[in-house]
Amino acid sequence: MIKRMKEKIIHGLFFLNGLLVIAALLGIFLLLIVTALPAFKEIRLSEFLFTAVWDPTSYARPSYGILAMLAGTLLVTCGALLIAVPIGIGTAAYLAEVASPRVREIAKPVVEVLAGIPSVVIGFLGIVLVGPFVARIFHTSNGLNALNGSVLLAIMALPTIISLSEDALNAVPVSFCEASLALGASRWQTVILVKIPAALSGIIASCMLGMGRAIGETMTVLMATGCAQAMPHSFIDPVRTLTATIAIELGEVAYGSTHYYALFAVGLALFIITFMVNLASDVILHKYQNVVK
Amino acid sequence: MKSVKIIKISAGNFSFWYGAMKALSGISMDIYENAVTGIIGPSGCGKSTFLRSINRMNDLIRGSRADGAMLLDGKNIFEPDVDVVELRRRVGMVFQRSNPFPKTIFDNVAYGLRVNGIKDRNYIAAKVEKSLKDAALWGEVKDRLRQNAFELSGGQQQRLCIARALAVEPEVLLMDEPASALDPTATLKVEELIHELKKKYAIIIVTHNMQQAARISDYTAFFMMGELVEYDQTTKIFTNPSKKITEEYITGRFG
Ligand SMILES: Nc1ncnc2c1ncn2[C@@H]1O[C@H](COP(=O)(O)OP(=O)(O)OP(=O)(O)O)[C@@H](O)[C@H]1O
Ligand SMILES: [Mg+2]
Repeated sequence: MIKRMKEKIIHGLFFLNGLLVIAALLGIFLLLIVTALPAFKEIRLSEFLFTAVWDPTSYARPSYGILAMLAGTLLVTCGALLIAVPIGIGTAAYLAEVASPRVREIAKPVVEVLAGIPSVVIGFLGIVLVGPFVARIFHTSNGLNALNGSVLLAIMALPTIISLSEDALNAVPVSFCEASLALGASRWQTVILVKIPAALSGIIASCMLGMGRAIGETMTVLMATGCAQAMPHSFIDPVRTLTATIAIELGEVAYGSTHYYALFAVGLALFIITFMVNLASDVILHKYQNVVK
Repeated sequence: MKSVKIIKISAGNFSFWYGAMKALSGISMDIYENAVTGIIGPSGCGKSTFLRSINRMNDLIRGSRADGAMLLDGKNIFEPDVDVVELRRRVGMVFQRSNPFPKTIFDNVAYGLRVNGIKDRNYIAAKVEKSLKDAALWGEVKDRLRQNAFELSGGQQQRLCIARALAVEPEVLLMDEPASALDPTATLKVEELIHELKKKYAIIIVTHNMQQAARISDYTAFFMMGELVEYDQTTKIFTNPSKKITEEYITGRFG
C-alpha cells in the first residue's frame, strides 16, 4: 500500500517537473512573440526580412532590415560547421579507433574541459591570435571578419562534436566490426563503411548541438567578426550577426520604442532559425533511420 | 575419403590466453582440405576461441595472447609479416551470434565484394544472388533485397551471414554453430550446402548437436577445458572412441 503511494508521488513529481519545463519554454516563446509583434505596427514584414540596412537610430528615416545580419549569421555558422564537422568526426574516429587507451584516457577529459572555456576568452583569442593570422593570409587590414568568427566558433563547437561523436562510435556493437573485418575489410573501411553509418544518428546529434552553440553564440562573434553593417560578399568580409546586434543594442534602447520591439523580433527570427534547424535535423534523422537502422 | 589428404591448417602446440586465463592449451591438430572438420565439446571449452584464432579475430580482444603455431598452407599466421586483412579474406567466418550489418539485405551480401575492390555492378548482383541461393535464403528474400537485414527473422539473419561469408569465396570457412537458430528445414539446407562447399573449401564447424556432427563432418575434434581430448575420423569418434570421456560426452552421459 505504502509502495503504491510512493509510486504515485514519484510519478506526480516527475510529471510536475516535465510540466514546469514545458511551461517555462512556452512562456519564453510567448513573451518573445508578444514583445516582437508591436514592431510590425511600424515596420513592414517585407522590409524587415528582405532589406539589408539596419539603422534604427537614424533621424531622417530609421530602417530595420535584417538581411545583412541574417547573411552574416549564416555565413559565420556555416563556415564554423564546414571547419568543425570534418575535423570533429576525424578526431573522434582517431580517438575511438587509432589512439592507444592511454592517449584516449588523457585526451577525452582534456577535450571535454575545452568545452568549458568561457566565450570571452575565445573572443580574446580571436582578436590577438586568430585574427592577425587570418589578416596575414588574406592580406586584409585586420582579421576581424566572418572567417575569424567561423574559426573561433568551430573551436567552440569542436569539443562537443568530438566528445559525443566518439561516444557514438564506441557504442557501435563490436560484432559489426568483427563481421566487417572477417570479410577482409581493412580497419579504415570498417570505420567508414560500418561504424560511422551505424553511429550516424549520434554523430548528427553532436553536430547539431555544436551548431546550436555556434548560432546562439554572442560574445565571441561580437568581439571577433568586425561588426560591420554591410551585406557580406565573402568570408573575409566583416559581418555582424543577429546575436551581436541584440547584445550591443538592447542595453541602450528606449523601453517601448519601435527599436526595442524590433530587437525582440530579431530574437524571434533567431529562435525560428534554431527551431527549424533542429526540426530539419530531426526529419533527416528519422528518414535515415527508416532506411538504414 | 580421398586417399591423398592435403593439410590446409595445422595447429602446433597452440595455446591461447585471455589475460591470465588460459583458454586453450597445447592444441595440435591438422585440418584437411576438402573436408568438414567438426569441433564438439562442452560450453566454455574453447571451441570459439580456437575458431577465432584461425582468422586472428581474437586480435581485437585486449590482453589476449597466442603461443605456438597456426599454419595456413604451411605458413604461420601469427608471424609479424602476415597481412591480417589478406588472411581474413582467405579464411571466412560465420559467427556464433548472427551479426548482420544495419544495412539492406543486398548490401550485407555485397559488402565483402565491395571492400575487396569489386565495382562491376552486374557481377555483384549475380554474386549476391548466387550466395543467397547457396545459403538457402534467396526464395525468401528475392523480392525484398532493399529491406533492412534487421527485419529478417533470427534464422534468416543467420543464413544471411552465411551468404555474406560465401560471397567473397574464402579458402577456409569457419562456422561457429551456424545452425543454432535454424528450423529443421533450413538446417538441412545448410547441411547440404556444407556438403557441397567442401568440394572447394576446408570447413571447420562448431556444433552442439551430436547428430549433426556425425552427419556432416569427416573429422571430429573433441575439446574439453581448453584441451584437445581426441581427434579422429568422425566414424571412429562416434563408433569407437579411444577415450572413455569422449564416449561419455557423445552419448550424453557426461558430467
Ligand atoms: N573475450 C573474452 N574475454 C575473456 N575470456 C573469454 C573471452 N571469450 C571467451 N572467454 C573465456 O574463454 C573460455 C572459452 O570460451 P569459448 O567462447 O571459446 O568457449 P566455447 O567452447 O565456444 O563455448 P560455447 O559452446 O558456450 O560457445 C571460456 O571460459 C570463456 O569464459
Ligand atoms: Mg562458442
